[in-house]
Amino acid sequence: MLAKRIIPCLDVKDGRVVKGVNFIDLRDAGDPVEQAKFYETEGADELVFLDITASTEERKTIVELARRTADQVFMPFTIGGGIRGIDDIRAILKAGADKISINTSAVRDPELISRSAARFGNQCIVVAIDAKRRKGGWEVFTHGGRIPTGRDAVGWAREAEERGAGEILLTSMDRDGTLSGYDLDLTRTISRAVNIPVIASGGAGTLEHLYQGIVQGEAQAVLAASIFHFRTYSIGEAKAYLKERGVMIRTSPHTILPKQKSITSRPGSGS
Amino acid sequence: MAIIDYGMGNLRSVEKALQTLEADCSIFTEPPDSAYLAGIVLPGVGAFSDAMRNLHRGGWVEWIREKVEAGIPLLGICLGLQLLFSRSEEGAGVTGLDLLKGDVVRFPPSVGIIPHMGWNQLKIVSDTPLLSGIDEGEFVYFVHSYYAVPADPAIIAATTDYGIDFASVVADRNIYGLQFHPEKSQTAGLNILRNFINISIPDIHARIVRNN
Repeated sequence: MLAKRIIPCLDVKDGRVVKGVNFIDLRDAGDPVEQAKFYETEGADELVFLDITASTEERKTIVELARRTADQVFMPFTIGGGIRGIDDIRAILKAGADKISINTSAVRDPELISRSAARFGNQCIVVAIDAKRRKGGWEVFTHGGRIPTGRDAVGWAREAEERGAGEILLTSMDRDGTLSGYDLDLTRTISRAVNIPVIASGGAGTLEHLYQGIVQGEAQAVLAASIFHFRTYSIGEAKAYLKERGVMIRTSPHTILPKQKSITSRPGSGS
Repeated sequence: MAIIDYGMGNLRSVEKALQTLEADCSIFTEPPDSAYLAGIVLPGVGAFSDAMRNLHRGGWVEWIREKVEAGIPLLGICLGLQLLFSRSEEGAGVTGLDLLKGDVVRFPPSVGIIPHMGWNQLKIVSDTPLLSGIDEGEFVYFVHSYYAVPADPAIIAATTDYGIDFASVVADRNIYGLQFHPEKSQTAGLNILRNFINISIPDIHARIVRNN
């Protein structure tokens, strides 16, 4: 059976890993490739790098990151953030990323989804949706959650699928950074509205939240940053927790799920 | 070890994985004229018909058939596995390499989400050196909407359950195919690639001895 996926997300700025809290307050935490390798040994199923570099001249660093990661990490990874057009997509995929994720540029030019899916294949085009609760539903936001678009998140998810998106990365703006759990209504509503995988994101603070995202939110994958990044839990602990509760999870027959935290796992972040 | 580059997807990860295993490998954009090929890897992501068109244009089709006939081990990965077969529903009427008899078909809507994307398990159904040391139930990474249905079920080495059981590993003489991405399947994937290298290397030694 297909396993549910656990996906750590690494926010990257100017080629370095940071962790966003409500997309502001950033904390530096090192080299993204080293982090990626660490998550690989821990048994992460995929990785997402979210580039939050503002300036366009720094764009090359993300292509370089894709290349360095592909050279050293033998698991699927997605790169998102600031991708504007087909040329960016081609460069990042060519450098070795498995998927790219588009958000603002997809809302601005929905044709970009269709064109890039036709060109590179549906499976490598992820549409990221930042959604905020409003009366009777959820509204799509762009620009890292700053700009409201007036668009309904459910309708937008459906359109993204029709245009050829292979996956939806769904972030609740209300929950992001709060560690209070995914917006399960939102996750379930979108999961049921489309026939492509939905990755739940925004709000994971405990292992139970991951479980809820999969079971109640009906997501195919759960994305989390803080709880893994600051070593509140290891990937192994998350997997052991989910497996114990009957969720289909990938555990290698060779991997012994950790009972205690790895000694290499505590950076001096003090958190 | 030759990796065939026929314009279908990124080959960097496959190359890096083989290099990590210390295999001497090169990516070829046209058929190499080398007498000392240990093995051939045919990767690929994309549409079956585009892939066959590119293989024909690049002069690869005859080359692959020739090398396979000469006994050189061939490994098809993902779309590369599908191309080994006779034909595909994707790109109606397009003939594949036809090294293995059978059809490539799309997952029925009843399986739910298509493509089949993520980590799924191998059910090992027959012995092959390609899966040496790989445990029953091992997880590997898949991304595909089509799968091969071999005419001869005996060539199926492993199956995977995605609503239906499909052939995820095939092995017939010196022809091997993996429907998943070993280069993205962490340790399990690297172990399978190592097996392919181990199949190929002694083989080339034997061939060189024979030819001398």
